[in-house]
Amino acid sequence: MASDKRTIIPIGPFHPLQEEPEFFELYVEGEKVVDIDVHIGYNHRAIEQIGQRMNWDQVIFLVERICGICSTSHPIANCNAQEDLAGVEIPERAKYIRSIVGELERLHSHLLWVGLAGHFLGYNTLWMWAWKYREPILEIFEHVTGNRNHYAMMRPGGVKRDIKEEDIPHLTKVLDEAERKIAMVTKAALDDPVLAARLKGVGILTQEDAIKYCAVGPTARASGVAIDVRKDDPYAAYDLVEWNIITQEAGDVFAKAVVRLLECFESVKIIRQCLDKLKKVKGDIAVKIKKMPHGEGKGHHEAPRGETFHYVRSDGSNNPVRVKVRAPTYVNLPTCKATVPGESVADAAIILAAIDPCYCCTERMMRVMDKRGGKVELDGNELVRLSQEKTRGLRKQLGL
Amino acid sequence: MSLTMFSLKKSIWVYHLSAGSCNNCDIEILDCLTPRFDLERFGIMLVGSIRHADVILATGIVTRKCLLRVKRVYEQMPAPKLVVAIGACACTGGIFRTGYNMAGPFDRVIPVNAYIPGCPPKPEAMIDGVVKLIQSLNGKLPAKKVR
Repeated sequence: MASDKRTIIPIGPFHPLQEEPEFFELYVEGEKVVDIDVHIGYNHRAIEQIGQRMNWDQVIFLVERICGICSTSHPIANCNAQEDLAGVEIPERAKYIRSIVGELERLHSHLLWVGLAGHFLGYNTLWMWAWKYREPILEIFEHVTGNRNHYAMMRPGGVKRDIKEEDIPHLTKVLDEAERKIAMVTKAALDDPVLAARLKGVGILTQEDAIKYCAVGPTARASGVAIDVRKDDPYAAYDLVEWNIITQEAGDVFAKAVVRLLECFESVKIIRQCLDKLKKVKGDIAVKIKKMPHGEGKGHHEAPRGETFHYVRSDGSNNPVRVKVRAPTYVNLPTCKATVPGESVADAAIILAAIDPCYCCTERMMRVMDKRGGKVELDGNELVRLSQEKTRGLRKQLGL
Repeated sequence: MSLTMFSLKKSIWVYHLSAGSCNNCDIEILDCLTPRFDLERFGIMLVGSIRHADVILATGIVTRKCLLRVKRVYEQMPAPKLVVAIGACACTGGIFRTGYNMAGPFDRVIPVNAYIPGCPPKPEAMIDGVVKLIQSLNGKLPAKKVR
Protein backbone atom coordinates (compact mmCIF):
# COMPACT_ATOMS: atom_id res chain seq x y z
CA MET A 1 0.00 0.00 0.00
CA ALA A 2 1.14 3.47 -0.84
CA SER A 3 0.43 4.86 2.60
CA ASP A 4 2.89 2.38 4.12
CA LYS A 5 5.74 4.03 2.27
CA ARG A 6 4.86 7.45 3.60
CA THR A 7 7.44 9.14 5.77
CA ILE A 8 6.75 12.24 7.79
CA ILE A 9 9.44 14.90 7.74
CA PRO A 10 8.97 17.36 10.59
CA ILE A 11 10.29 20.89 10.06
CA GLY A 12 10.36 23.12 13.11
CA PRO A 13 9.11 24.63 15.35
CA PHE A 14 12.57 26.06 16.09
CA HIS A 15 14.41 25.66 12.84
CA PRO A 16 17.39 27.55 11.43
CA LEU A 17 15.50 28.29 8.23
CA GLN A 18 12.68 30.17 9.86
CA GLU A 19 12.72 33.28 11.96
CA GLU A 20 9.40 32.46 13.53
CA PRO A 21 8.34 29.27 15.24
CA GLU A 22 6.01 27.22 13.08
CA PHE A 23 5.77 23.53 12.41
CA PHE A 24 5.41 21.80 9.05
CA GLU A 25 4.79 18.14 8.53
CA LEU A 26 5.75 16.95 5.08
CA TYR A 27 4.34 13.57 4.11
CA VAL A 28 6.76 12.14 1.58
CA GLU A 29 6.98 9.08 -0.59
CA GLY A 30 10.59 8.80 -1.63
CA GLU A 31 11.56 12.25 -2.86
CA LYS A 32 8.04 13.35 -3.60
CA VAL A 33 5.88 15.33 -1.18
CA VAL A 34 2.38 13.88 -1.19
CA ASP A 35 0.77 15.97 1.52
CA ILE A 36 1.54 18.77 3.90
CA ASP A 37 0.28 19.89 7.25
CA VAL A 38 0.99 23.22 8.90
CA HIS A 39 0.78 23.74 12.64
CA ILE A 40 0.78 27.32 13.83
CA GLY A 41 -0.05 28.98 17.12
CA TYR A 42 3.42 29.35 18.60
CA ASN A 43 3.24 33.10 18.17
CA HIS A 44 -0.27 33.73 19.39
CA ARG A 45 -0.13 36.76 21.67
CA ALA A 46 -3.82 37.47 22.30
CA ILE A 47 -3.68 40.77 20.43
CA GLU A 48 -7.39 41.10 19.66
CA GLN A 49 -8.26 40.54 23.29
CA ILE A 50 -5.64 42.99 24.61
CA GLY A 51 -6.96 45.50 22.08
CA GLN A 52 -10.35 45.49 23.72
CA ARG A 53 -8.80 46.78 26.93
CA MET A 54 -6.94 49.66 25.30
CA ASN A 55 -8.17 53.03 24.17
CA TRP A 56 -8.44 53.98 20.53
CA ASP A 57 -5.01 55.59 20.28
CA GLN A 58 -3.25 52.74 22.05
CA VAL A 59 -4.79 50.16 19.72
CA ILE A 60 -2.74 51.64 16.87
CA PHE A 61 0.47 50.93 18.81
CA LEU A 62 -0.74 47.44 19.60
CA VAL A 63 -1.66 46.45 16.04
CA GLU A 64 1.67 47.85 14.88
CA ARG A 65 3.28 45.11 16.95
CA ILE A 66 1.31 42.33 15.28
CA CYS A 67 4.10 42.03 12.77
CA GLY A 68 7.50 43.61 12.53
CA ILE A 69 7.86 43.48 8.77
CA CYS A 70 4.48 44.87 7.73
CA SER A 71 4.45 47.12 10.77
CA THR A 72 2.76 50.06 9.09
CA SER A 73 0.14 48.02 7.24
CA HIS A 74 -1.80 47.11 10.33
CA PRO A 75 -1.88 50.70 11.68
CA ILE A 76 -3.01 52.03 8.28
CA ALA A 77 -5.77 49.43 8.09
CA ASN A 78 -6.82 50.11 11.68
CA CYS A 79 -6.78 53.89 11.15
CA ASN A 80 -8.92 53.38 8.05
CA ALA A 81 -11.34 51.36 10.16
CA GLN A 82 -11.48 53.97 12.92
CA GLU A 83 -11.92 56.79 10.41
CA ASP A 84 -14.66 54.80 8.71
CA LEU A 85 -16.35 54.48 12.10
CA ALA A 86 -15.96 58.14 12.99
CA GLY A 87 -16.79 59.32 9.47
CA VAL A 88 -13.65 61.43 9.18
CA GLU A 89 -11.79 62.42 6.01
CA ILE A 90 -8.06 62.87 6.59
CA PRO A 91 -6.20 65.94 5.22
CA GLU A 92 -4.61 65.61 1.79
CA ARG A 93 -1.08 66.03 3.10
CA ALA A 94 -1.62 63.16 5.53
CA LYS A 95 -2.81 61.00 2.63
CA TYR A 96 0.45 61.49 0.76
CA ILE A 97 2.56 60.82 3.85
CA ARG A 98 0.60 57.63 4.52
CA SER A 99 1.21 56.40 1.01
CA ILE A 100 4.91 57.23 1.21
CA VAL A 101 5.38 55.26 4.44
CA GLY A 102 3.26 52.38 3.13
CA GLU A 103 5.23 52.14 -0.09
CA LEU A 104 8.63 52.47 1.59
CA GLU A 105 7.56 49.54 3.70
CA ARG A 106 6.66 47.54 0.62
CA LEU A 107 10.14 48.26 -0.77
CA HIS A 108 11.92 47.01 2.32
CA SER A 109 9.62 44.04 2.72
CA HIS A 110 10.00 42.86 -0.88
CA LEU A 111 13.78 43.25 -0.70
CA LEU A 112 13.73 41.25 2.51
CA TRP A 113 11.78 38.50 0.79
CA VAL A 114 14.10 38.44 -2.21
CA GLY A 115 17.03 38.09 0.16
CA LEU A 116 15.44 35.28 2.16
CA ALA A 117 14.40 33.48 -1.02
CA GLY A 118 18.00 33.67 -2.21
CA HIS A 119 19.11 32.26 1.13
CA PHE A 120 16.65 29.37 0.90
CA LEU A 121 17.97 28.54 -2.55
CA GLY A 122 21.58 28.62 -1.42
CA TYR A 123 22.21 31.82 -3.36
CA ASN A 124 23.62 33.73 -0.40
CA THR A 125 25.09 36.50 -2.55
CA LEU A 126 21.56 37.55 -3.43
CA TRP A 127 20.67 37.52 0.26
CA MET A 128 23.59 39.79 1.17
CA TRP A 129 22.93 42.13 -1.77
CA ALA A 130 19.23 42.51 -1.15
CA TRP A 131 19.71 43.14 2.56
CA LYS A 132 22.57 45.54 1.91
CA TYR A 133 20.43 47.68 -0.39
CA ARG A 134 17.56 47.46 2.09
CA GLU A 135 19.59 49.34 4.69
CA PRO A 136 19.33 52.80 3.04
CA ILE A 137 15.54 52.42 3.07
CA LEU A 138 15.60 51.64 6.78
CA GLU A 139 17.77 54.71 7.18
CA ILE A 140 15.13 56.84 5.48
CA PHE A 141 12.65 55.42 7.95
CA GLU A 142 14.88 56.35 10.85
CA HIS A 143 15.30 59.82 9.39
CA VAL A 144 11.61 60.43 8.75
CA THR A 145 9.87 58.53 11.53
CA GLY A 146 12.51 58.11 14.21
CA ASN A 147 12.80 54.33 14.19
CA ARG A 148 14.11 51.69 11.81
CA ASN A 149 11.07 49.50 12.32
CA HIS A 150 7.82 50.09 14.19
CA TYR A 151 7.51 53.63 12.92
CA ALA A 152 4.48 54.77 14.97
CA MET A 153 3.66 57.13 12.11
CA MET A 154 -0.11 56.61 11.89
CA ARG A 155 -2.83 57.99 14.12
CA PRO A 156 -6.58 57.98 13.71
CA GLY A 157 -7.32 61.09 11.68
CA GLY A 158 -3.94 61.49 9.98
CA VAL A 159 -0.26 60.98 10.66
CA LYS A 160 1.91 61.75 13.67
CA ARG A 161 4.92 63.38 12.03
CA ASP A 162 5.35 65.59 9.03
CA ILE A 163 7.91 65.08 6.28
CA LYS A 164 9.89 68.31 6.23
CA GLU A 165 10.48 70.28 3.05
CA GLU A 166 14.26 70.17 3.51
CA ASP A 167 14.25 66.37 3.84
CA ILE A 168 12.70 65.77 0.44
CA PRO A 169 15.89 66.21 -1.66
CA HIS A 170 17.69 63.74 0.60
CA LEU A 171 14.86 61.23 0.30
CA THR A 172 14.80 61.57 -3.48
CA LYS A 173 18.54 61.01 -3.64
CA VAL A 174 18.41 57.84 -1.53
CA LEU A 175 15.43 56.65 -3.55
CA ASP A 176 17.27 57.13 -6.87
CA GLU A 177 20.20 55.17 -5.52
CA ALA A 178 17.90 52.44 -4.18
CA GLU A 179 16.11 52.17 -7.51
CA ARG A 180 19.40 51.68 -9.35
CA LYS A 181 20.43 48.96 -6.93
CA ILE A 182 17.05 47.23 -7.07
CA ALA A 183 17.31 47.27 -10.86
CA MET A 184 20.68 45.59 -10.53
CA VAL A 185 19.38 42.94 -8.13
CA THR A 186 16.34 42.37 -10.37
CA LYS A 187 18.49 41.85 -13.42
CA ALA A 188 20.88 39.58 -11.54
CA ALA A 189 18.05 37.48 -10.14
CA LEU A 190 15.84 37.23 -13.21
CA ASP A 191 18.64 36.63 -15.73
CA ASP A 192 20.33 33.98 -13.65
CA PRO A 193 20.02 30.63 -15.52
CA VAL A 194 20.30 28.57 -12.33
CA LEU A 195 17.54 30.49 -10.57
CA ALA A 196 15.32 30.18 -13.62
CA ALA A 197 15.92 26.43 -13.78
CA ARG A 198 15.23 26.14 -10.08
CA LEU A 199 12.09 28.28 -9.91
CA LYS A 200 10.29 28.10 -13.26
CA GLY A 201 7.43 25.64 -13.23
CA VAL A 202 7.87 24.93 -9.52
CA GLY A 203 4.96 25.20 -7.09
CA ILE A 204 2.39 26.31 -9.62
CA LEU A 205 -0.75 27.92 -8.23
CA THR A 206 -3.28 28.02 -11.07
CA GLN A 207 -5.59 30.98 -11.47
CA GLU A 208 -8.51 28.73 -10.59
CA ASP A 209 -6.84 27.61 -7.36
CA ALA A 210 -5.85 31.16 -6.48
CA ILE A 211 -9.49 32.20 -6.68
CA LYS A 212 -10.67 29.07 -4.88
CA TYR A 213 -8.28 29.58 -1.96
CA CYS A 214 -9.07 33.35 -1.92
CA ALA A 215 -5.36 34.16 -2.29
CA VAL A 216 -4.45 37.84 -2.03
CA GLY A 217 -1.49 40.07 -2.80
CA PRO A 218 1.51 39.00 -4.88
CA THR A 219 0.50 35.33 -4.48
CA ALA A 220 -2.73 35.99 -6.38
CA ARG A 221 -1.22 38.51 -8.79
CA ALA A 222 1.43 35.99 -9.85
CA SER A 223 -1.41 33.65 -10.85
CA GLY A 224 -3.05 36.23 -13.06
CA VAL A 225 -5.63 37.54 -10.60
CA ALA A 226 -5.38 41.34 -10.74
CA ILE A 227 -6.47 41.97 -7.17
CA ASP A 228 -5.11 44.98 -5.32
CA VAL A 229 -6.96 46.96 -2.65
CA ARG A 230 -5.07 50.09 -3.63
CA LYS A 231 -6.88 50.05 -6.99
CA ASP A 232 -10.08 48.23 -6.05
CA ASP A 233 -11.02 50.40 -3.08
CA PRO A 234 -8.58 53.34 -3.03
CA TYR A 235 -7.63 54.94 0.26
CA ALA A 236 -4.79 57.31 1.24
CA ALA A 237 -3.30 58.81 -1.94
CA TYR A 238 -3.43 55.76 -4.20
CA ASP A 239 -6.12 57.22 -6.44
CA LEU A 240 -4.23 60.53 -6.73
CA VAL A 241 -1.09 59.08 -8.32
CA GLU A 242 -0.28 57.03 -11.41
CA TRP A 243 0.77 53.41 -11.06
CA ASN A 244 0.04 49.94 -12.41
CA ILE A 245 -0.87 46.57 -10.98
CA ILE A 246 1.81 44.01 -11.79
CA THR A 247 0.48 40.60 -12.78
CA GLN A 248 2.03 37.43 -14.13
CA GLU A 249 0.28 34.44 -15.62
CA ALA A 250 2.52 31.50 -14.74
CA GLY A 251 1.71 31.17 -11.02
CA ASP A 252 5.03 29.50 -10.20
CA VAL A 253 7.63 30.67 -7.71
CA PHE A 254 9.48 32.55 -10.44
CA ALA A 255 6.35 34.54 -11.28
CA LYS A 256 5.95 35.47 -7.63
CA ALA A 257 9.52 36.71 -7.55
CA VAL A 258 8.96 38.73 -10.75
CA VAL A 259 5.80 40.30 -9.33
CA ARG A 260 7.57 41.33 -6.14
CA LEU A 261 10.63 42.71 -7.88
CA LEU A 262 8.62 44.69 -10.43
CA GLU A 263 6.33 46.00 -7.70
CA CYS A 264 9.36 47.63 -6.11
CA PHE A 265 9.61 49.94 -9.16
CA GLU A 266 5.92 50.80 -8.93
CA SER A 267 6.46 51.66 -5.28
CA VAL A 268 9.36 53.93 -6.16
CA LYS A 269 7.12 55.58 -8.76
CA ILE A 270 4.37 56.18 -6.19
CA ILE A 271 6.79 57.58 -3.60
CA ARG A 272 8.32 59.98 -6.16
CA GLN A 273 4.94 61.36 -7.17
CA CYS A 274 3.87 61.69 -3.54
CA LEU A 275 7.06 63.55 -2.63
CA ASP A 276 6.46 65.92 -5.56
CA LYS A 277 2.91 66.57 -4.41
CA LEU A 278 4.08 67.14 -0.83
CA LYS A 279 5.97 70.22 -2.04
CA LYS A 280 2.71 71.75 -3.26
CA VAL A 281 0.13 70.49 -0.79
CA LYS A 282 0.41 72.33 2.51
CA GLY A 283 -1.76 72.21 5.58
CA ASP A 284 -2.54 70.06 8.57
CA ILE A 285 -1.33 66.50 8.88
CA ALA A 286 -4.16 65.31 11.10
CA VAL A 287 -7.70 66.07 12.12
CA LYS A 288 -8.83 65.53 15.65
CA ILE A 289 -11.44 62.87 16.29
CA LYS A 290 -13.43 64.23 19.21
CA LYS A 291 -15.61 61.25 19.98
CA MET A 292 -15.99 57.75 18.68
CA PRO A 293 -19.64 57.16 17.83
CA HIS A 294 -21.58 54.02 18.43
CA GLY A 295 -21.19 51.56 15.54
CA GLU A 296 -18.69 49.62 13.53
CA GLY A 297 -16.00 50.38 11.00
CA LYS A 298 -13.85 48.48 8.56
CA GLY A 299 -10.60 49.33 6.92
CA HIS A 300 -8.04 47.67 4.73
CA HIS A 301 -4.62 48.19 3.32
CA GLU A 302 -2.64 46.39 0.67
CA ALA A 303 0.23 45.14 2.81
CA PRO A 304 3.35 43.79 1.05
CA ARG A 305 1.84 40.31 1.42
CA GLY A 306 -1.73 41.15 0.42
CA GLU A 307 -4.87 42.62 1.84
CA THR A 308 -4.89 43.35 5.56
CA PHE A 309 -8.39 43.74 6.90
CA HIS A 310 -9.35 45.37 10.19
CA TYR A 311 -12.74 45.62 11.81
CA VAL A 312 -13.58 47.66 14.90
CA ARG A 313 -16.79 47.96 16.87
CA SER A 314 -17.54 50.74 19.31
CA ASP A 315 -20.16 51.25 22.00
CA GLY A 316 -19.38 54.96 22.11
CA SER A 317 -16.89 54.60 24.94
CA ASN A 318 -13.15 55.10 25.10
CA ASN A 319 -12.32 51.51 24.20
CA PRO A 320 -13.21 49.38 21.21
CA VAL A 321 -15.57 46.53 21.99
CA ARG A 322 -14.04 44.38 19.29
CA VAL A 323 -10.89 44.56 17.22
CA LYS A 324 -10.71 41.99 14.46
CA VAL A 325 -7.71 41.40 12.24
CA ARG A 326 -7.43 39.34 9.10
CA ALA A 327 -3.89 39.22 7.86
CA PRO A 328 -2.92 38.20 4.30
CA THR A 329 -1.03 35.05 5.29
CA TYR A 330 -4.22 33.71 6.83
CA VAL A 331 -5.62 33.15 3.34
CA ASN A 332 -2.33 32.67 1.50
CA LEU A 333 -0.99 29.91 3.71
CA PRO A 334 -3.60 27.27 2.73
CA THR A 335 -2.52 27.62 -0.90
CA CYS A 336 0.48 25.45 0.03
CA LYS A 337 -2.00 22.55 0.00
CA ALA A 338 -2.33 23.17 -3.73
CA THR A 339 1.28 24.00 -4.52
CA VAL A 340 3.50 21.71 -2.44
CA PRO A 341 2.09 18.18 -3.04
CA GLY A 342 3.68 16.62 -6.11
CA GLU A 343 6.92 18.56 -5.75
CA SER A 344 10.21 17.20 -4.45
CA VAL A 345 11.30 17.69 -0.85
CA ALA A 346 14.11 20.01 -1.95
CA ASP A 347 11.60 22.40 -3.52
CA ALA A 348 9.25 22.44 -0.53
CA ALA A 349 11.17 25.11 1.38
CA ILE A 350 11.10 27.68 -1.40
CA ILE A 351 7.46 26.99 -2.29
CA LEU A 352 6.46 27.52 1.34
CA ALA A 353 8.55 30.68 1.41
CA ALA A 354 7.12 31.92 -1.89
CA ILE A 355 3.90 33.22 -0.34
CA ASP A 356 6.11 35.35 1.94
CA PRO A 357 4.46 33.87 5.00
CA CYS A 358 4.15 35.92 8.14
CA TYR A 359 2.98 33.71 10.96
CA CYS A 360 2.87 36.40 13.65
CA CYS A 361 0.03 38.02 11.72
CA THR A 362 -1.79 34.75 11.28
CA GLU A 363 -1.89 33.21 14.71
CA ARG A 364 -5.29 32.22 16.02
CA MET A 365 -6.60 30.42 19.04
CA MET A 366 -9.15 27.64 18.88
CA ARG A 367 -12.05 27.18 21.23
CA VAL A 368 -14.86 24.70 20.95
CA MET A 369 -18.16 26.40 21.71
CA ASP A 370 -21.61 25.04 22.33
CA LYS A 371 -23.49 26.02 19.18
CA ARG A 372 -26.76 26.94 20.88
CA GLY A 373 -25.73 28.19 24.31
CA GLY A 374 -22.54 29.92 23.21
CA LYS A 375 -20.82 28.34 26.21
CA VAL A 376 -17.13 27.57 25.94
CA GLU A 377 -16.77 23.81 26.06
CA LEU A 378 -13.13 23.21 25.27
CA ASP A 379 -10.11 25.45 25.35
CA GLY A 380 -6.38 24.71 25.42
CA ASN A 381 -6.24 23.56 29.04
CA GLU A 382 -9.33 21.47 28.61
CA LEU A 383 -7.89 19.69 25.56
CA VAL A 384 -4.67 18.93 27.43
CA ARG A 385 -6.72 17.56 30.33
CA LEU A 386 -8.75 15.33 27.98
CA SER A 387 -5.58 14.01 26.40
CA GLN A 388 -4.01 13.25 29.79
CA GLU A 389 -7.17 11.49 30.91
CA LYS A 390 -7.08 9.30 27.82
CA THR A 391 -3.49 8.29 28.60
CA ARG A 392 -4.45 7.46 32.16
CA GLY A 393 -7.39 5.41 30.91
CA LEU A 394 -5.19 3.52 28.47
CA ARG A 395 -2.69 2.79 31.24
CA LYS A 396 -5.42 1.35 33.38
CA GLN A 397 -6.72 -0.75 30.49
CA LEU A 398 -3.30 -2.17 29.81
CA GLY A 399 -2.83 -2.83 33.51
CA LEU A 400 0.35 -0.75 33.81
CA MET B 1 41.30 30.97 31.94
CA SER B 2 39.70 27.75 30.84
CA LEU B 3 39.82 26.63 27.25
CA THR B 4 36.06 27.08 26.94
CA MET B 5 36.30 30.65 28.12
CA PHE B 6 39.20 31.40 25.80
CA SER B 7 37.34 30.16 22.76
CA LEU B 8 34.12 31.81 23.89
CA LYS B 9 35.84 35.19 23.97
CA LYS B 10 37.22 34.76 20.47
CA SER B 11 34.20 33.35 18.76
CA ILE B 12 30.68 33.41 20.07
CA TRP B 13 28.18 31.15 18.38
CA VAL B 14 24.65 32.33 18.81
CA TYR B 15 21.33 30.58 18.38
CA HIS B 16 18.20 32.51 17.66
CA LEU B 17 15.13 31.48 19.63
CA SER B 18 11.90 33.23 18.81
CA ALA B 19 9.15 32.39 21.24
CA GLY B 20 6.20 34.55 20.28
CA SER B 21 7.66 37.77 18.98
CA CYS B 22 6.48 40.14 16.28
CA ASN B 23 9.34 39.19 13.93
CA ASN B 24 10.98 42.56 14.24
CA CYS B 25 13.75 41.69 16.67
CA ASP B 26 14.27 38.56 14.58
CA ILE B 27 14.87 40.41 11.35
CA GLU B 28 17.11 42.86 13.18
CA ILE B 29 19.17 39.88 14.39
CA LEU B 30 19.44 38.67 10.79
CA ASP B 31 20.29 42.24 9.84
CA CYS B 32 23.35 42.00 12.09
CA LEU B 33 24.71 39.28 9.83
CA THR B 34 24.36 41.18 6.58
CA PRO B 35 26.99 43.51 5.07
CA ARG B 36 26.10 46.71 6.94
CA PHE B 37 26.86 45.27 10.39
CA ASP B 38 28.58 42.00 9.47
CA LEU B 39 28.90 40.29 12.83
CA GLU B 40 30.98 37.46 11.50
CA ARG B 41 34.04 39.69 11.41
CA PHE B 42 33.93 39.58 15.24
CA GLY B 43 33.60 35.81 15.23
CA ILE B 44 29.91 35.95 16.13
CA MET B 45 28.10 33.37 14.05
CA LEU B 46 24.49 32.31 13.85
CA VAL B 47 24.25 28.53 14.10
CA GLY B 48 21.40 26.26 13.12
CA SER B 49 21.53 23.81 15.99
CA ILE B 50 21.22 24.58 19.68
CA ARG B 51 23.85 21.91 20.40
CA HIS B 52 26.52 24.12 18.81
CA ALA B 53 25.49 27.34 20.51
CA ASP B 54 27.17 29.36 23.28
CA VAL B 55 24.53 32.05 23.52
CA ILE B 56 20.77 32.02 22.99
CA LEU B 57 19.38 35.22 21.51
CA ALA B 58 15.86 35.06 22.88
CA THR B 59 13.06 37.17 21.47
CA GLY B 60 9.36 37.43 22.17
CA ILE B 61 7.09 36.82 25.10
CA VAL B 62 7.07 33.11 25.84
CA THR B 63 3.66 31.94 24.67
CA ARG B 64 1.99 29.02 26.37
CA LYS B 65 2.50 26.80 23.33
CA CYS B 66 6.21 27.67 23.23
CA LEU B 67 6.82 27.24 26.96
CA LEU B 68 7.75 23.55 27.04
CA ARG B 69 9.71 23.81 23.82
CA VAL B 70 11.77 26.71 25.11
CA LYS B 71 12.64 24.70 28.21
CA ARG B 72 13.63 21.73 26.09
CA VAL B 73 15.81 23.84 23.84
CA TYR B 74 17.55 25.27 26.90
CA GLU B 75 18.16 21.79 28.32
CA GLN B 76 19.78 20.66 25.08
CA MET B 77 22.23 23.56 25.10
CA PRO B 78 25.85 22.84 26.05
CA ALA B 79 27.47 24.72 28.96
CA PRO B 80 28.09 27.61 29.47
CA LYS B 81 24.44 28.35 28.97
CA LEU B 82 24.25 32.05 28.23
CA VAL B 83 20.95 33.71 27.39
CA VAL B 84 20.42 37.22 26.07
CA ALA B 85 16.86 38.55 26.11
CA ILE B 86 16.40 40.84 23.13
CA GLY B 87 13.62 43.37 22.92
CA ALA B 88 10.98 44.71 25.26
CA CYS B 89 8.88 41.54 24.98
CA ALA B 90 11.67 39.20 26.01
CA CYS B 91 12.73 41.47 28.88
CA THR B 92 9.35 42.30 30.41
CA GLY B 93 6.54 41.08 28.18
CA GLY B 94 6.16 44.54 26.70
CA ILE B 95 2.82 45.48 25.28
CA PHE B 96 1.59 41.86 25.42
CA ARG B 97 2.21 41.27 29.14
CA THR B 98 -1.50 41.39 30.01
CA GLY B 99 -2.54 38.82 27.42
CA TYR B 100 -3.90 35.41 28.34
CA ASN B 101 -1.33 33.54 26.29
CA MET B 102 1.72 34.93 28.06
CA ALA B 103 3.82 32.43 29.99
CA GLY B 104 6.96 34.56 30.12
CA PRO B 105 8.85 36.83 30.19
CA PHE B 106 11.97 34.83 29.52
CA ASP B 107 13.54 35.16 32.96
CA ARG B 108 10.59 33.36 34.50
CA VAL B 109 11.22 30.37 32.24
CA ILE B 110 14.99 30.08 31.85
CA PRO B 111 17.87 31.98 33.50
CA VAL B 112 18.72 35.14 31.56
CA ASN B 113 22.18 36.68 31.69
CA ALA B 114 21.68 39.93 29.81
CA TYR B 115 18.80 42.15 28.76
CA ILE B 116 18.72 44.36 25.67
CA PRO B 117 15.60 46.53 25.82
CA GLY B 118 14.08 48.35 22.88
CA CYS B 119 11.26 47.82 20.44
CA PRO B 120 13.18 46.68 18.47
CA PRO B 121 16.71 47.33 19.74
CA LYS B 122 19.03 48.63 17.05
CA PRO B 123 21.59 46.16 15.68
CA GLU B 124 24.32 48.25 17.33
CA ALA B 125 22.64 47.71 20.69
CA MET B 126 22.49 43.96 20.12
CA ILE B 127 26.19 43.76 19.24
CA ASP B 128 27.01 45.90 22.26
CA GLY B 129 24.91 43.69 24.52
CA VAL B 130 26.54 40.44 23.47
CA VAL B 131 30.05 41.92 23.73
CA LYS B 132 29.29 43.39 27.19
CA LEU B 133 27.97 40.03 28.33
CA ILE B 134 31.19 38.30 27.37
CA GLN B 135 33.29 41.04 28.99
CA SER B 136 31.26 40.94 32.18
CA LEU B 137 32.08 37.28 32.61
CA ASN B 138 35.64 38.44 33.24
CA GLY B 139 37.22 35.16 32.39
CA LYS B 140 34.90 33.19 34.64
CA LEU B 141 32.04 31.00 33.57
CA PRO B 142 28.71 31.91 35.14
CA ALA B 143 27.67 30.02 38.23
CA LYS B 144 25.14 27.33 37.57
CA LYS B 145 21.64 28.42 38.34
CA VAL B 146 18.98 25.91 39.14
CA ARG B 147 15.34 26.58 38.46
